[in-house]
Order: sequence, then C-alpha cells, then structure tokens
Amino acid sequence: MEIPYTIAARPDTGLFNAKMGIWLFLASEVMLFGALFTTYILLRVGAPEWPHGELDVPLATINTAVLISSSITMVMAWASLMMKQFNKYKLYMGLTILAGVIFLVIKAFEYGHHFETGELPSKSTFLAIYFTMTGLHGLHVVGGMIVNSYFWGPGSRMWKTEPARFTNRVEVAGLYWHFVDLVWIFLFPVLYLL
Amino acid sequence: MTHPVHAGAHTDLHHHGEQSFWRQYVFSTDHKVIGIQYGITSLFFLFFGFTLMMLMRWQLAYPGEALPIIGSIFGQDNMPDGIMLPEFYNQLGAMHGTIMVFLGVVPLAVGAFGNYVVPLQIGAPDMAFPKLNMTSYWVYFIGGITMLGSFFIPGGAAQSGWTSYPPLSDITVPGFWGGQTFWLIGMVFLITSSLLGSVNFIVTIMQLRTKGLSLMRLPFFVWSQLVTAFLLLLAFPPLEAAGVLQLMDRIAGTSFFLPSGLVVSGQIIPNTGGGNPLLWQHLFWFLAHPEVYVLILPAMGIVAEVIANNTRKPLWGYKSMVYSIIFLGFISFIVWAHHMFLTGMGTAISAFFQTTTMIISIPSVIVLSCLFISLYGSSMRFNTPMLFALAFLPMFGIGGLTGLPLGLAASDIALHDTYYVIGHFHYVVAPGTIFALFAGIYYWFPKATGRQMNEPMGKLHFWGSFVCMNVIFFPMLIQGLAGVSRRLYDGGQQYAHAQGVLYLNEVMSIGAWVMCLFQFVFIINFFMSMRKGKKVEENHWHATTLEWAAAPTPPVPHGNFKTIPEVHHGPYEYSVPGQAKDYNPQNEPMKA
Repeated sequence: MEIPYTIAARPDTGLFNAKMGIWLFLASEVMLFGALFTTYILLRVGAPEWPHGELDVPLATINTAVLISSSITMVMAWASLMMKQFNKYKLYMGLTILAGVIFLVIKAFEYGHHFETGELPSKSTFLAIYFTMTGLHGLHVVGGMIVNSYFWGPGSRMWKTEPARFTNRVEVAGLYWHFVDLVWIFLFPVLYLL
Repeated sequence: MTHPVHAGAHTDLHHHGEQSFWRQYVFSTDHKVIGIQYGITSLFFLFFGFTLMMLMRWQLAYPGEALPIIGSIFGQDNMPDGIMLPEFYNQLGAMHGTIMVFLGVVPLAVGAFGNYVVPLQIGAPDMAFPKLNMTSYWVYFIGGITMLGSFFIPGGAAQSGWTSYPPLSDITVPGFWGGQTFWLIGMVFLITSSLLGSVNFIVTIMQLRTKGLSLMRLPFFVWSQLVTAFLLLLAFPPLEAAGVLQLMDRIAGTSFFLPSGLVVSGQIIPNTGGGNPLLWQHLFWFLAHPEVYVLILPAMGIVAEVIANNTRKPLWGYKSMVYSIIFLGFISFIVWAHHMFLTGMGTAISAFFQTTTMIISIPSVIVLSCLFISLYGSSMRFNTPMLFALAFLPMFGIGGLTGLPLGLAASDIALHDTYYVIGHFHYVVAPGTIFALFAGIYYWFPKATGRQMNEPMGKLHFWGSFVCMNVIFFPMLIQGLAGVSRRLYDGGQQYAHAQGVLYLNEVMSIGAWVMCLFQFVFIINFFMSMRKGKKVEENHWHATTLEWAAAPTPPVPHGNFKTIPEVHHGPYEYSVPGQAKDYNPQNEPMKA
C-alpha cells in the first residue's frame, strides 16, 4: 500500500507530505537559532564592553551577496524543472552549489586569519559566540550543499521516472536553502555591523 | 515479539516481497516494528534507570555501610569494599534522571506507543516518512549507547544532576573524556532523534488521516500525540543550542556559562569569564518544562482510550479535553522560570511566572475532571489495563496538587530543593505516567501479538506496584516538609531538623526493592504471554477505534489494512441507544 500525498497536495492542508515536513523542520531551526540569538543578546547586555572592528566586513559583504545570489539560482533551478527544462536545471543547481563553495572558501579565509592572530573562541565572549553561530551556520551550509549535490548528480535520475516527485524534492531542498540564506542575513548585521 | 507471519494475509498485503531478517526485524521501515524496537529499548532503559535508583536507596537507607554480595562488582573506583563513594552517588543520581526521562519514559510514550498506535488509529498505511522513522530510532539508540558508555570512561558518567547546571557541569572532570561531555553528545543525538520523530508525527497525523476522519473525530490519544509532537519540535532546539554552548565551554575553552572571577578550590579559573550561569538554566528549563507535558500528555491519551473502552461510555467532554491540551501546549512555553524562583531573578519575573503556572493548572484539571466524570454511572470492566488507568487518576491528582505550593514563589522558598519536590514530580511521572504506560502495554499487547497477557499476574503486578509506589513517594513529601534537602549523599544524617524523619529512608528503600520484585512478575508475564498467552479475537476489547476495529490482529507488516477504512463518526460511540451492539466502530455507519 502506497503512502498517499507524496506528490499531489492533500486538499484540506494544501501541502504534500515533504513540504509540510520541511516547514515544521524549519520551525524547529528557528527555535535553535533563536536560542543562540537570545544568548548573544544576553551576553552582550551583560558585558561591560563589546568589541568592534575585529571582523572583516568587506569579505562578509561579498559572502552575503554570494548567498543571496545562490538563493536566486535555487529558485531558477526549481522554475526550470517546472518548465521541463532539465538542462537549465542542471546549470542553475550547479551555480547554487558553486556559490556554496565560494561562501565556505571565503569563510575559511576569515577563520584562518583569526586562528593565525590567536583570536580563538576562548579569547573573548564575543569571539566565542561569533565562532559558535557562524560555525553552526556553516554546518547548515555544508548540509544543504550535500543535499543539493545529490539532487544535481545521482539523485537527478529520478527526473526520468518521476518528474513531479523530483520537482517536489528540489522545491523542498530550496526551502531549506533559503532558510540557511536567511539565517546569514540575520547573522551578518548582528555580528559584523552592530 | 514482532508479527507472526500469517500465510494468507502475508501474500495479500506484503507488497515488498520477501525481506531478509535484517530488513524485516532490525533495519525495518515498518512503523509497527519500529514501535516495538522503541518499546523494548525504552523498557530496558526504564529498568536500568530503576536499578541506579535502587543502588542510591541503599546508600540513603544505610549510609556508609557496605552493600552485601553485589557491592564488589562496581569496582574499587566507585564502591571500594562495597561502600559507595560520593562521586558515584552523584553519577547515579544524574544518570537516573536523564535515563528515566530521555531514554525511558519519552521514547516509550512517544516512540513506542505513538509509532505503533497512531498510524493504525488514523487509518494510515504507515508513518509519512518511513525511512526517517527508522533513522530516528537508530539515532536514539546511538544516544542511549553514548549515555551508557559514559559509565565506563575514567571519571565515570555525568555527575552534575540531570539538569547539568553550570558552573559545576562546566568544570567537573574537564575536557573531552569527562562524563559530562558524553552526556552532552548523547543529548544532541536524543534531541535529533525526537526532532525527526516529531516532524514525522505531525505530518502523519495531518496528512495521512483517512477519509472521513476529521480533526474532531480523532481519538484523544492521537490528539495527545499531536500536541506532544509540537512541544518536542519547538522546545527541544533551545536545549540543543545550550548543549552546543556547554560543549564549547568544555572543549574550546569558552565562557558562555562561566562568570568573570569564578573561584574554584581557592583559585580564580583562567577562563575569560563574562558568561552567565543563569543563561543555561533559562535555556534548559525552556525545554524541560514543556518536557513535563511531553511526559504527561501521551499518558492522558492512553488513559482516555482505556477508560472509554472499559466504561463502555463515550468520554465526557471530549471537545473540552482537546481544547484543554491545545491550550496547555501553548501555555507550557511560558512557565519555565517557575523552576528558578530561588535564583534571584527578581520578584517581577517571579510574579509573572507564578501567574502563568497557576493558569496552566486549569487545563490539566479539566482533563482530569472529564476523565473522572466519564466514570460516573458506568458498569466498569476491571481488567488490568483499566486498573492501571484508574490508578493514574488519583496518583496524577496528588502529583498535580502537590505542585501548587511549588508554583507559588512564596511557598517555594521553603520547599525548593527538598524531597518534597522529588515526591511531587515522581507522583506525576512514576505512579502517573508509568502506570498509564503499563495500562497501554496491557491494552495493546493483544493487538501486537494476538495474545492476551495473563490477568492474575497482571493484577498482582498492579496491586504490588500501586502499594509500593505510595510507600516510596509519600514519605518524600513528609521529609520534604521537614526540610530535608534532596541532594544529600547520606540522606540527611548530619542535620538536626532531619532527625525526626530519618527512619523513613529505610521504609522508602525497602518499598523500592519490593517494587522491583513485582516488576519481575510483569517481565515474566510479558515474555510468557508472548508464547503461551490466550489467543484473542480480532477486536479483543470490543473497541470503536480503527486500530482494533479495522486492522487485522496481529497486524500485517507494511500496509496495515486490507482496505483503507473510511470513518463515519466520532471515536467513542459506546452504548448508543438503539444500536445492535454496545460499541460502534468508527468505520461502520451507525443505524439512523
């Protein structure tokens, strides 16, 4: 017996199973990062002074642009599938993954610079929360890239057998990717600018 | 324990074809097999956690005396010559709480009963994401192994209480190879597992309900699982964040929870400081208070099913009960700081949280009142599940009422951290939730195996446990009112104010050990009935809900139903006047 609503939406909820699943998962992610942002506020309010200018703002600005572009290409990838243009899907999904790689490389340069100058998490509360939040966000980027790479590579074979289901999968992966992007859009001003 | 394969049903429904032993029983994606895996594992952990407590009770009853016969097996590091060291006592205490809550009760209530019963009750062929379901079991399993393994590392398991308050938890046995690090890693696994599970439950209940099963026709058990899943989904991530922060403190040398100038053993510790120990308490209780409702809601669900079935009456106030637990789910997110009245967070905040705490008692009282009123005027069937369900009502009642003085900031000042607190929440969880879980086991055992558990042995198990539970936990309330602290390694021998109630330590300990004997009755009954129990008919309890009315007993692997049932009316249409029989299954239309 097949599990219903893996492809079509259930009329009374308006969602297929995986889409409801990812929204719920993202709700829990909001609570996870919400707790960390709360921690940030509490530590900063309690600190006698808060360091400024320790982070590389230009690099982070580039990274913000990179991630926002990757969200756009992710939507284009999904839209290409909706228009049955598989080659374009491959191109846009590939660009999305590439943007993820660029983001992580830039982040690695930033981290490397901090480690060289001895700015470790144990040095100050600010660096501790900086490394924890960006580190956890980085892990989320890696997770998203693994999923995207699978759908770009071996997972895309499903396009030939079940195109509607494959399109759904890419949509769900896209929702997650937008969330990862959104977290960074909060992290960037909070850690780098304020 | 899993499904005896019946040739006829097997060929009809088993669309996956023949599967290897491993795919069928170990790495199965069938919700019923996973439910049973959860059940067996969590029952093992419940007994293990109980064993830790029985060891502690020896030290409390006979402080500093050597434990005879088995005392030597715990090693010279923990119990030299059979005499328990304080460090080992602390490990037992911390791990008893952790194991009972996170590895025993919640996986049994949600992982086992939820997995097994929910898809059957809503007429679904399986959970919405079967592979995710399997993953969540195995992640839970790894978390459990991590917790158990921590007993065997140098320095032993976590010893900062199940709440793991810093600064103590940050600095005891520091570094990676400390029990606390294992505790944190284990918790991250357990949180991930329950996160995957809760997504799966919500999607399953919302998406896979069969035709005609509107939300207000769901059995109350399904409702309780739905609200529980939302609590797990939204309350656990902050603890995951807190766990990551504490891991950073322990491994990367950060100071999230360490204030500036912290003095340990006469020396200022080298960390940068600037952290806040109260931050952990807020993040921890933000999870752990909703967690209390995760412990109690599925229990209420099971009790409601068993009571409606055995009173042969509809539940009184089904809709009020549903609205109550939804309201309870929301409010449970804004009561957490009533665990922190004595931390000096200020009277204004205390006043807010004591108000929300008083408000949240209302929905629980509504549910309990509805269940009590449901009993009125019925001719009950006093079988074993019903006895456990009936005992749940007054026991949970005592647990709830003893909580009121703790929820008010003024009276909590006297009672905080005494044995009164332990008595209170154990009345909620032990003779409350665990009795409901026993009711569930006796009630759905015939569903899973096609055989009934032995009734006289079940009744012996019930009466023995019922008496012993009260012998163990009622004296705790008395000791607590006398002011005995809950954290004393010797049970309070050195305190003048404790002298009058010290004799109760021995009473409670003997109660605990005798209760263990009655649990063996259950274990023997469980395994014996699996092979030799009386065979039962399809709808053994003459129940109305789909798991009994529409699915074969014992159920078939993968698929659940011969044809997907359609639902025509509410879940508890018992003894409706003018109908042919005293129960009207949800999948059969009633006579007009």
